Amino acid sequence: MNIYIRSTACISPQHTFDAGPKPVAPPPAAGPTVIPVEYTGTRLTCIEPEYKNLLDPKLIRRMSRIIKMGVAAATACLQEAGKQLPDAIVTGTAYGCIEDTVLFLTSLIERKEEMLQPATFIQSTHNTVGAQIALMLQCTGYNNTFVHRGFSFEHALLDAIMLLQEGEAANVLVGGLDEITDTSHALLTRFGLYRRSPVSNLALYTGRPKGTIAGEGAAFFLLTSRPERSDYARLEAVTSFYKPVDNAEVERQILSFLAANSIDRDSIDLIITGANGDYKGDAIYRHLESGIFNGKPLTPYKHLCGEYPTSAAFALWMAADRIRKGARRILIYNHYLSVHHSLFLLSAVQTP
Amino acid sequence: MKVISPVAIAGAGLISSIGRNSTECLSALEMGHAGIGEISWLDTAHRQKIPVAEVKYSNAQLGEMAGCGGAGAGGAGAGGAGAGGGDAGVVSRTALLSLIAAKEALDSAAIPGWAGLRTGFVSANTVGGMDRTENFFAGFLSDAQSGRLREVNQHECGYVTEWVADQLGIRHFQTTISTACSSSANAIGFAARLIRNGILDVAVAGGTDALTKFTLNGFNALMILDPEFCKPFDNDRKGLNLGEGAGYLVLVSEKVAATLPSAPLCMLSGYANANAAYHQTASSPDGRGSWLAMTTAIDRSGLSPADIDYINLHGTGTQNNDLAEGTAIRRLFDPAYPKMSSTKSFTGHTLGASGGIEAVFSVLAVQHGIVYPNLRFRTPMTELPFIPETRFLKDQPIRHVLSNSFGFGGNCSSLVFSKAQR
Repeated sequence: MNIYIRSTACISPQHTFDAGPKPVAPPPAAGPTVIPVEYTGTRLTCIEPEYKNLLDPKLIRRMSRIIKMGVAAATACLQEAGKQLPDAIVTGTAYGCIEDTVLFLTSLIERKEEMLQPATFIQSTHNTVGAQIALMLQCTGYNNTFVHRGFSFEHALLDAIMLLQEGEAANVLVGGLDEITDTSHALLTRFGLYRRSPVSNLALYTGRPKGTIAGEGAAFFLLTSRPERSDYARLEAVTSFYKPVDNAEVERQILSFLAANSIDRDSIDLIITGANGDYKGDAIYRHLESGIFNGKPLTPYKHLCGEYPTSAAFALWMAADRIRKGARRILIYNHYLSVHHSLFLLSAVQTP
Repeated sequence: MKVISPVAIAGAGLISSIGRNSTECLSALEMGHAGIGEISWLDTAHRQKIPVAEVKYSNAQLGEMAGCGGAGAGGAGAGGAGAGGGDAGVVSRTALLSLIAAKEALDSAAIPGWAGLRTGFVSANTVGGMDRTENFFAGFLSDAQSGRLREVNQHECGYVTEWVADQLGIRHFQTTISTACSSSANAIGFAARLIRNGILDVAVAGGTDALTKFTLNGFNALMILDPEFCKPFDNDRKGLNLGEGAGYLVLVSEKVAATLPSAPLCMLSGYANANAAYHQTASSPDGRGSWLAMTTAIDRSGLSPADIDYINLHGTGTQNNDLAEGTAIRRLFDPAYPKMSSTKSFTGHTLGASGGIEAVFSVLAVQHGIVYPNLRFRTPMTELPFIPETRFLKDQPIRHVLSNSFGFGGNCSSLVFSKAQR
C-alpha cells in the first residue's frame, strides 16, 4: 500500500506536542523519544499547549477542550507539512464532545427544558471537530466523522486510505481523538473499566490487577499517496477485526495480515502493543509474546496515554516518530476491551 | 471530474412516523398523510406544545416488531457489560428502529447466503442511546452512584450500530458515521465505496435516530422548530418539525448482483460529500456547500443536471436551510427545473436517519416512477423562480433522482439514484 505519513501532531498526557524535558542521552534507535511523565491516580489528562500560538483567540474562547485539542493538533500537523489546505478531513471519535453534551444535558434537566442556550448543543455534535477544522481552513473538500467505539480511528484511516487510492484526494488530514471528563470518568469507573485505587502509570503493568487507567488525546496525520524524503513513515497496511472468538483467531488474523502484505516477521523491529494493565484483558498480549511474537521486542503504550477508544492514534503517532528516528518496520496490535482489535504496519520511507 | 461506476441496490427498508415499512410509508405518501402530530411517547415538558413526527409505537411494540421482544441486548456494552438479558424496554429506541428497518432491507434483498459473504453494516446516527442516557442522567446528577448502568451503556453512537449488527448476525464489518443531518447519506456513500474498493460484497447502509429530549430541546433552543406543521420551501415557512425513524439500503457488488434472481431496485450512480466551511450551524446564503455536493454528485454519475428527473430535497423548512438549498438549485438547474419535493413535510426531520429514509424514498421513486408531494405548500418563496411539486404523481419517466442531505458543521452530501439497466 503506497500511503505515506507526511506529518503528524499529537496532544497527549505526555510531552508529545511541546518539546518537554529533553532526555539526558540521545534515545537509541527505536527507543523511547520522550521522558515519560508520571501520574498517580486512575486518569491521565492531556498536557495542553498554549493555544493562542496556534489558534485565533476569538475562536478559542468558544471551544470546549476536545475541540481545542483537535483543532490545535490538526493545525500543527498541517504546519509541519507546510500545507495550507488538505483535500479532505476525516476524524474518528468514539465519544465525541462529551463536555458539551453533559453541559446541555445538565441544563435541560436542571432548567426543566425551559430557557436553554443552544451553544453547548451546537458544539455537542460528533462532527464538530472536523467541521471546525474545515471552517478554520475554509476547506470545502470531503469531510467525514466516524464514531464507532474502538474502531473510530481505524475507520477514519480506512476512509482516508480509500480516498487516496481512488485518486479523490492527494492528501488527507485524518485524526483520532477522545476526551475524558469528570462525568465520563465517574461512569466508566462504575462500569469497572478503571482501577479502584490510585496507581502510577509507570507501574501500570505490575501485578495481576483488574482495570486500567483512563486516558485521552488528539493525534492527527497528513496522509499522502506520493512519498517525499521528509515523510515520517510509509503506512503499509491497516486492518481491524471484531470480537475474535479465541486467542487462535487473533493469531490467525495477525498471521494472515502479515502474509497478505508479504511481511517476513524477521523484518519487524518492534511491536507496539495495546496492553493496558488489566491482567485479564492483557492475556492475549502475553499469549502472543510467548507465541508468534516470541523473540521480538515488544513495547506497550497505554502507560503513556491511558486507555481510550481512539488510543491507536497515539500508537500510530509513536510508531511514526520512531520510524523517523531510525526504526525500519513497526507492527502495532491493539484491542479495545477485547471487542475491537486492530493492526497497523509501518515502515521507513524509500524515496527514489 | 472522474465518473464512478454505479453500485447496485438490492434491497430497501424503513420505518418512520408514516409507517413501519416501505409499503405503509408509500401508501401514506400517496394518500398525503403526514406523520406529524402531538407528542405521545417522548416524556418531555414540550408535550402538547411542539408537534413532532413520532413513530407511532411504544418501545415494547417496536421490540416485538424487531423480533427481540424477550431477547434483549447483550454483549456490546462498555466494559463488557451488555444491556444484557433484559427486555426490549431497556434497548435504546434508536437501536430498535434501526433493527426493524435494516431487517426489512435485508429481507427484501433476499441475497442467497449473504452471511457467508463479506457483509458489512454501515449505519449512521446522531443521538446514539441518548433516549436512555437522558433518563439515567436526572438521577445521576443528584447521586453519581444512582441509576442502572444498562440505561447508560448504550450512550455511544457506535453501541447502537454494534447491537443491531449483532442481532442481524453481521460480524465481518460494521461502522458508524455521524455528520449531523447528512450522516446517513454519508453512510450510504461510504458503503458504496467499500464495495467499489473490493472491501465488501454486501453492505446494509443507512441510518437511524430516535426522538430525544436532548435534540428536541437543542433545536428548540436554536429557535428553528415550527410550532405548527412545517412548510418546506414555502415563503411563510417557520422552521422544522423533528421526526424519528430509520432507513437502509442493501448495496451489492456486481458479482453478487449477478447472482440475484431479479434485477436490482436501482443503482447508486453518484455520491458527493462537501463542506460549506461557512458556519457551525447556518447554511451560507449562496448555498455553496449544497451546490458543491449536488454538482459533484451529478458529475461523478456521468450525468448533467438536465438528466435529473426528481430532487428529494433536504427541505427542512427553516428560513435559512431552504433558501440556501433553493439558491444552489437555481444556480445548478436554471432555467429547467426537475420536479422536487421535501418528504420532511411527511416524516419531519429525522436527523441522522433522514438521508437513509429519503434514500429509500428516492429508490422507490425510480422503481415505481413516482413523485411525492410537498405538503402544505401555498406561497412561492420570493427569492426563487421555482416551486415544489404538491401532488403525488404516478407513471412518471423517472430515470435519475437526486437526494440531498445537508447538516450542522457545513456537512453537505448528495446521492444520485438511477434506473438499473438490465
